[in-house]
Amino acid sequence: MPETAATESAEQRAPKIATGDRAILPEGARTIPIYVMGKKYDVPETLTIMKAMEFAGFKFIRGAGCRGGICGACPTVYRKAGDYKLHFGLACQTVVEPNMYLTQIPFYPANRTSYDIEEIEPTAESIHALYPELFRCVACNNCTKACPMDVEVLDYISALKQGDIEEAARLSFDCIQCGLCASRCMGELPQYHIAQLARRLYGKYVAPRAEHLRKRVEDIESGKYDNILKQLLEMDKAELERRYGEREREPDLAPPGEWKPKEIQYL
Amino acid sequence: MKVSYYPGCTLKTKAKNLDDAAVASMAALGIELEELPRWNCCGAVHSLADDDLIHQVAPVRDLIRVKEQGRDKVLTLCSMCYNSLARANLLMRDDEEKRETINLFMDEEMDYAGEVEVVHFLNFLKDEIGWDKLRDQVKVPLNGLKVAPYYGCTLQRPRDVAIEPPGRFELMTQFLEALGATAVHFPAADLCCGSYQILGNPDAAKDAAATILEWAEKAGAEALVLSCPLCEFNLGKKQGALFEEEKIMKMIPTFYITQLLAIALGLNPQVCHFELNDQASVLLLKSKGYPIEFERDAA
Repeated sequence: MPETAATESAEQRAPKIATGDRAILPEGARTIPIYVMGKKYDVPETLTIMKAMEFAGFKFIRGAGCRGGICGACPTVYRKAGDYKLHFGLACQTVVEPNMYLTQIPFYPANRTSYDIEEIEPTAESIHALYPELFRCVACNNCTKACPMDVEVLDYISALKQGDIEEAARLSFDCIQCGLCASRCMGELPQYHIAQLARRLYGKYVAPRAEHLRKRVEDIESGKYDNILKQLLEMDKAELERRYGEREREPDLAPPGEWKPKEIQYL
Repeated sequence: MKVSYYPGCTLKTKAKNLDDAAVASMAALGIELEELPRWNCCGAVHSLADDDLIHQVAPVRDLIRVKEQGRDKVLTLCSMCYNSLARANLLMRDDEEKRETINLFMDEEMDYAGEVEVVHFLNFLKDEIGWDKLRDQVKVPLNGLKVAPYYGCTLQRPRDVAIEPPGRFELMTQFLEALGATAVHFPAADLCCGSYQILGNPDAAKDAAATILEWAEKAGAEALVLSCPLCEFNLGKKQGALFEEEKIMKMIPTFYITQLLAIALGLNPQVCHFELNDQASVLLLKSKGYPIEFERDAA
């Protein structure tokens, strides 16, 4: 109806009032209806799904982790009223919309095979042997559509069928192991575990080694830091605090790469 | 000239000898095979169940990738990939109801109605290059090499996707003759190699393969040429076992079409990855005394 449309656009033009964590809303803040597991809650329009659920009274003891969009603990599925599409997002990153119907899927069962990374070879055949269900993929693409990180999941699965571990590692790099791909897979693949194996093989056998890291590990193993570490462990709190206060530190506005400390015996 | 190219999963792993020799040969003929971006498995075996549309999604998605490139043609090589892509293409072209169902399901992709043409490597050689021009490009004529052209099941079945009418074997014959080889006809050119029975019923598969090799030998062939990694597995890689089990009395080395093409075009044999064939294949070529530098194989 045109009348509703006019009202909505007027509402959309009104400024949004950020509410933060406040349980009592500031003047002018508006609420919108969302549906959590089928039950309606009115929540401030500026919140993420996770904050909105907490506003509504939910308390997370699982299904919440970093709250920064990287730990993969809070994958959420939702539909919007009148839209057949399933939408996916992280509860800690996705802002609520009016009339969204959501549920969190913090965990989805997916088998992870065990292997000894020292024993297996960095070949596609190793991955095929550990995860033969890889070949149940029918390229339906539900995995890619479900990924809240916009990883091209079907493409990395295809790369592995084609024996390209490096490409699979590259394509799956942004994966946060939330499991939504596996929840939607009609071939019942545990995509994210397979991708993790690909990245491990890539990291261990394919990617060039970091020379500076090797040298530092050598230094540590040679005992270069044993003495100073022992001294630190034996210091009392006052001495530690004094040392911390007097430590050399890079000035905040020093041009990058130009500052050098005076004490360099441990570098 | 650039052509969209669908290699297929096996060509990227166990059949690199089919893939690399194709890309190098086409480059020598002035054709750049441009591998499709973001291709997935073709589905391998065309599903015959009438309502099993989900198994058409994989090949259709590949055809959409071709359309996205603005190309109207995709070249492919593996007999299985050719068959499943071509059959999915026909379905999308001819069956309005199924086309709509599949397009609705794949709502993240552009609609597809069979606009792309799926072309097998041999037909591309014949139509876009031509046998005469190919003959002119041959640097190492395979004179005296007697080769049985083996089609297997999926290049000619079913009729509406056949690379040439079933029962005629002119494409491979003319191909071999353009390379200077002699095509030896035998009655097993379109018999099944044993296919996936090699997993569940290996004896039946071995018998099927032995029959084909025996017929080729009786017809006087020294070698078999084919375009399918599964046929190559049953007829080539398993051939040593067939010989040891006395299912065949003589080895008939196998080659991919693209390997013979690359050799005849005078390319470095490294592009043929003969290490992936039974060693009988390269030994046969060496015995023919063609001017080919095989030395680097040892390295």
